[in-house]
Amino acid sequence: MQIIQPHYHAIARTAQDYERMAMSGVVAVCEPAFWAGFDRRHPETFIDYFAQISEFEPSRAAEFGIRHYCWVAVNPKEAENKELTHEVLQQMPEFLDKPTCLGVGETGLHKSTPNEIESLEAHVDLAMKHDQLVLIHTPHLSDKAHGTKTVLEVLAGMEVNPDKIWIDHVEEQTIGPVLNAGYWAGMTLYPVTKCSPRRAVDILEKYPRERLLVNSSADWGPSDPFTLQESIVEFRRRGHSLQEAVEIYHNNPCRFLGQNPKWDIKPITIYEE
Amino acid sequence: MLNPQNTLDTYYLEARRDLLEVAAMLDRYDEAVKRDGSKAENESKKDSLLKAMEILAQPDHPDANRAEQLLDHFAKIS
Repeated sequence: MQIIQPHYHAIARTAQDYERMAMSGVVAVCEPAFWAGFDRRHPETFIDYFAQISEFEPSRAAEFGIRHYCWVAVNPKEAENKELTHEVLQQMPEFLDKPTCLGVGETGLHKSTPNEIESLEAHVDLAMKHDQLVLIHTPHLSDKAHGTKTVLEVLAGMEVNPDKIWIDHVEEQTIGPVLNAGYWAGMTLYPVTKCSPRRAVDILEKYPRERLLVNSSADWGPSDPFTLQESIVEFRRRGHSLQEAVEIYHNNPCRFLGQNPKWDIKPITIYEE
Repeated sequence: MLNPQNTLDTYYLEARRDLLEVAAMLDRYDEAVKRDGSKAENESKKDSLLKAMEILAQPDHPDANRAEQLLDHFAKIS
């Protein structure tokens, strides 16, 4: 089965992960810009990072026959540095023009501070001005519900096209409001925090699937790129067809990401039902 | 060995995850009941899980033997 990893922090992972993903059917990964584990101090550090994910990483993935795409943003944890955020935002349009850059992300909220909200608004505004897709991170654990509500309030106050916005890391308590507001929703499957493979399948069985994306977890912390395959196995063992699985784990990413013409992987049909 | 605070800090998130899996499993059962319009013929496994949680919810376990109590309890279910 062909699989797309919509949210994958490749620079924190090994070549062996690429190899094993290729062996398990992964055809493309998308790498949003994220936090490095420490707060970067210089705009130039971001620029080098954006160059790494938009220029070097596609060649590393290609060694294993995997397509690599990226997103650029200042992540919410570093948004407290307003000057840094402003300077990076000024230089982001150059990267939005790169052939594998799909949009602005992951922006969003971490502690939902005024500076984070200002940064989120600036990122969304930039994306809308450049007709870009947006990937929005929602907070972890106890801040999840409040932070997601705040993201929705911020977006409601802006001129945005919900078709082009993906709100990520939803769980049982936040998916309803995100889908009801017309946005795409992503579930992220971690070994301990966020959603799990089985709970993700419960959500897939309960909500309309047309705007749902499923991510594994792949970063420098405790995470596992193969939680995505785990969830596919769980989905299939509950009796859902291969085509239904393809719709979620391959075709939905194609439908959302394909709004950017740089994404040229098309939805596929395994067989006529 | 870990002190009390370290014990909670080390294992809280994993325990939270495991409880969420139990909650989701019970929700999954309820959704299946709604879809099929009838309960399982034999609900003893569900009842056993609920009883296990009652045991865990008791405030005092002076012998710190919750796991042993649960194994004894689950042994009654075939």
